[in-house]
Amino acid sequence: MDLFEYQGKQYFARYGIAVSPGDIADTVDQAVAVAERVGYPVVVKAQVKVGGRGKAGGVKLAANVEEVRLHAGNILGLDIKGHVVRRLWIERSSDIAKEYYASFTLDRLNKVHLGMLSAQGGVEIEVVAEENPEAIAFLSIDPVHGLDLATARRWVNEAELDEVAREQAATLLVHLYECYTHGDCDLAEINPLILTPDNKVHALDAKVTLDENASFRHPEWEEFRATEFDDPREKMAKEKGLNYIGLDGTVGIIANGAGLAMSTLDVVNQVGGTAANFLDIGGGANADVMAAALEVINADPKVKAIFVNIFGGITRVDDVAHGVLEALGRVSIASPIVLRLDGTNAVEGRAILAPHLSASLITEPTMMDAARRAVSLAKA
Amino acid sequence: MSIFVDENTKVIVQGLTGGQGRFHGLRNRDYGTKIVGGVTPGKGGTDVEGIPVFNSVKEAVAATGATASFVSVPPKFAAAAILEAAEGGITFIVCITEGIPAQDEAIIYNRLVEDFPGVRLLGPNCPGIISPGKCNIGITSGDIALAGGPVGIVSRSGTLTYQALYELSQQGIGQTTCVGIGGDPVPGTNFIDCLEAFEADPDTRAVMMIGEIGGSEEERAAAWIKLHMTKPVVSYIAGVTAPPGRKMGHAGAIISGSKGTAQAKMDALADAGVHVCLNPTEAGQKMGDIVKAL
Repeated sequence: MDLFEYQGKQYFARYGIAVSPGDIADTVDQAVAVAERVGYPVVVKAQVKVGGRGKAGGVKLAANVEEVRLHAGNILGLDIKGHVVRRLWIERSSDIAKEYYASFTLDRLNKVHLGMLSAQGGVEIEVVAEENPEAIAFLSIDPVHGLDLATARRWVNEAELDEVAREQAATLLVHLYECYTHGDCDLAEINPLILTPDNKVHALDAKVTLDENASFRHPEWEEFRATEFDDPREKMAKEKGLNYIGLDGTVGIIANGAGLAMSTLDVVNQVGGTAANFLDIGGGANADVMAAALEVINADPKVKAIFVNIFGGITRVDDVAHGVLEALGRVSIASPIVLRLDGTNAVEGRAILAPHLSASLITEPTMMDAARRAVSLAKA
Repeated sequence: MSIFVDENTKVIVQGLTGGQGRFHGLRNRDYGTKIVGGVTPGKGGTDVEGIPVFNSVKEAVAATGATASFVSVPPKFAAAAILEAAEGGITFIVCITEGIPAQDEAIIYNRLVEDFPGVRLLGPNCPGIISPGKCNIGITSGDIALAGGPVGIVSRSGTLTYQALYELSQQGIGQTTCVGIGGDPVPGTNFIDCLEAFEADPDTRAVMMIGEIGGSEEERAAAWIKLHMTKPVVSYIAGVTAPPGRKMGHAGAIISGSKGTAQAKMDALADAGVHVCLNPTEAGQKMGDIVKAL
């Protein structure tokens, strides 16, 4: 789950990382109230989960109440690469002497944590990595042993941060590592991490991606969920506990397992169709899950045919068959359903469906046949 | 021959008394796997359809001589269960649990490497391993596999593993071993581990490799294949149509920036001489042609 900047900053603050004083605002009046409280000048920042908001006019400096009104009014409702701004973060403007970069993420190749630190922050780190890779100090961290202050001190020296920033930066990096590990982040990134003219180091931006597998030990993440989705289809799917990603095509996809779901998208594409979504009903999907999946797909008006691709493993095909029938009893499904069922209890599952087959409930023997049928129905 | 397991492998099931552990543990036993015990703290002394249950892995190993464990416990307890298996003397751990936090996986992986170098972990979030006719640990439906070789399968995706087995079995092509390495960011066993084992196994004469978007394990495997693999490899990579920046179900399946795309993986594999196919059916047919020509 990606966090908005303000959520990331609030998350950082929990781990003792210094951020600028500020607050959120959903209206111009709220923006003014926050600005009055934190003191001018302030920065008015669009809260969108997409890069490049500065260039799009989503970040403005305001020296007084009139400017806050002007900028907040302009930025609220602004469309930044398809993301409409509904919330602002207003914070006290910081004077900047230097901009650094710091992040932690998983080094999947080496299966350790990877810290990246650079004295050249404020620009995209991918650009720095491309043009001037020696400006980034990489640190591999054994997850068993973690990051201690002594290592962090050597690291800030190696990255050649300004002398006055080093001790504060080292401490901040240890806190950021704690946030990354104990806070169960996939990514914790500060860009820029700034040094002010009065020699203070703090986070001016926050990019945090949380690992949803760790939700069970983070009840505090609940507040982030309310703001998680722009796409109403994804919101509905999430509420039903489904792993769904909305796309633009006409064939609704339901598959068990991420790999098979991806592969289903691929074959639909190969036979000339377009997928309306990715939906993995996961392992052990029961009748309720299947029914919920069909309801979510059914709510998408673009869908013209539904392709249910199940290869039973931990998922039992007879459960899936019950789920399909249950869903058909519960809601009127607008599009024809093409099923391909194999694997655990497939024979039982097919037998359950057999008496119910019709022009709008079809089975096909193979994945390719089912893809072709679904695509032709979607085009009909 | 088979890799990692065979007909003599003795297996315990951690979580045998749970719903999934019971269903799949019993199914593995019915397949012929030597399921010699189960472990559930507090339920020692009971049994599940004749399979004795122990309080700890250590007790189970002492009583049964098991060397392999099938871990089927909820994500919250999985990391501890894996460590308990390693500490209890198990050398081959299959963890099917989906949804373990990446931070836990990173710690477990490195703990095993540092403290238990002789232990192999398969998974987490994987379908397990099947050596048709000999041993099935995990959630793969045994009836879709066919004994006798000559193909080895290694796959990052559970259901695509079944699909691959099915495509081959339908053509009468058997498998030596089929390994599902799982789709999480920190898999205990990777493509190269399996390719190496298949290369060394005289009965395996060709390998099917199923990958997906995200990470760079497929690229690394391609580099290894180019240098070391003498047996033909057929590959399919899922996620050609996946949009960047969105996790496709598996925690590991995400295209980050320009990295991890299906196309980059397919290019790397093709460059290594691998037969790259566009869907599981085509991969099955290609393997059919290769096996006929062996």
